[in-house]
Amino acid sequence: MSKYESVVGMECHAELLTESKMFCGCANDFGGASNTRTCPVCLGLPGSLPVPNRTAVELVVKASLALNCEISRDCLFARKNYFYPDLPKGYQISQYENPIGQNGWLDITIDDGSTKRIHIRRVHLEEDTGKLVHAGGNESEIDYNRSGVPLMEIVTEFPPDITSPAEAKAYIEKLRAILVYLGVSDGKMEEGHLRAEPNVSVRLEGADVYGTKTELKNLNSFRAVERGIAYELDRQADMLDHGIVVRQETMGWNDASGKTYHMRFKEEEQEYRYFPEPDLIPLHFDDADIERWRSELPELPDAKRERFIAEYDLRPYDAEVLTGSRAVADYFEAASKSGADAKAVANYVTGDLMRLVNASGGDITDVKIAPDQLGALLKLRDSGKITNTIAKSVLEEMFATGKDAQQIIDARGISVVSDEGALTTEIDKVLSANTDVVAKIKAGNDKSIGFLVGQVMKATKGQARPDLVNKLLKERIGS
Amino acid sequence: MATQLTTQDVAKVAALARLELSADEQERMKYQLNDILDQFLSLQELDTQDVEPTSHSLPMRNVFREDAARPSLPREAATRNAPEKRDGNFIVPQIVDA
Repeated sequence: MSKYESVVGMECHAELLTESKMFCGCANDFGGASNTRTCPVCLGLPGSLPVPNRTAVELVVKASLALNCEISRDCLFARKNYFYPDLPKGYQISQYENPIGQNGWLDITIDDGSTKRIHIRRVHLEEDTGKLVHAGGNESEIDYNRSGVPLMEIVTEFPPDITSPAEAKAYIEKLRAILVYLGVSDGKMEEGHLRAEPNVSVRLEGADVYGTKTELKNLNSFRAVERGIAYELDRQADMLDHGIVVRQETMGWNDASGKTYHMRFKEEEQEYRYFPEPDLIPLHFDDADIERWRSELPELPDAKRERFIAEYDLRPYDAEVLTGSRAVADYFEAASKSGADAKAVANYVTGDLMRLVNASGGDITDVKIAPDQLGALLKLRDSGKITNTIAKSVLEEMFATGKDAQQIIDARGISVVSDEGALTTEIDKVLSANTDVVAKIKAGNDKSIGFLVGQVMKATKGQARPDLVNKLLKERIGS
Repeated sequence: MATQLTTQDVAKVAALARLELSADEQERMKYQLNDILDQFLSLQELDTQDVEPTSHSLPMRNVFREDAARPSLPREAATRNAPEKRDGNFIVPQIVDA
């Protein structure tokens, strides 16, 4: 790959979190029996007329503002004409000239911790299509429940800023975080509510023309975005190495095999014959509308990260991890407000708690431990009433049961052994069982004391305070 | 005279619209479409320097509906006119990707 440069453009679609569809009053919902959320408008029946959803338009303006776009004061909907039965009208209502948002950007954090600005060319509003399922034989089944669901398209600028799979992943992660913060999208990639379609090409380092690009579909997770692009870049580089011409094609991603596969060639640029949608009245936004919506934007991930660093004295990495999800950030902040040390909360939320959440396959919103319960656990630990080892095991039980830390500690009869007399007995047992280690320490090997501390902790089932054990051991060995 | 549409142009537009035209029909359409384009030429003579582009004939903008769901059609009604249906789905011939 080294002699080639990678070039990645991103086209993303997000289904909007509205109650109803874009141009009719059918529910915007997921699942359910096929064709139970349709009407003459979203079935494209003759004589039906679309009326745009006010909330959907507002959500796209807000997303555009959050993505630092200029808002087009006057917008039109346009018909994109094509023949495919996923939309029964024979066209998709979309936007062509003057999309709602233009010339925006978002910043991603790259591996070395620095930020890189990814420019966004356009943000527009359109309608989603129905779902086709190839039913075997020569038939496809169509469910129009999704037909007409409000859909936002976000396209990065050309020439593209993204030059690696990792940057593409960082871009879709940041985009998702922003959209979820805004309440514009639920961000569920695995269910197709947020879809990323990268177009990928390679060219010789320093070449002044771009290579032929291929488009990737079926990327259902952040990881799939990264892996799919990496695979496709390698595949193209390998083709060029062997003198094979890359053709413009659409590739699907197979997550199980870790490979892309050919879907179709796109050599003839589709002619969609866009024209202004005659059934819809133009949109106009004045400055007052835009400023009102701007003032309604919530604190976004970058601002929240900077505030967490300043307000809670967090490490930038922890702040980045916590603010990657609004729900996680809110959880952290609620737990910190309970009076526990914020850094300790950050460590637990990004560490042990996140590990438990990931292992359970859920997310932070499913956690049975209320934020103030986590705060209470950490206050018990930091006051010296339980050790960190015990705290971690209590956390696991809290995660499973939702019980209070104090309740678990009482039930287990755990308390910190800070009674020096009781500890001395255990220490003497450990010392007499490990005379060789004691000899090493006396000979100047200070590190071996850690082993003895570990033995005492084990003997007291983690209930002793390590600093006290350490102190007593040193006293008794006389080192 | 505007740039004249050729028979090939007509064939291409027809293909995009999925219209099957005989050779005779293509010829006839070529003349008719060229006549229409000639009509537009006369509009070109107007000075539209200070006129805003019109995308819609009504002097209105921002017509919305509030975001509220209302009942949809019963599934039987939605699929009633489908030439083929199964298990509540519309059935169409599989579209094979080129």
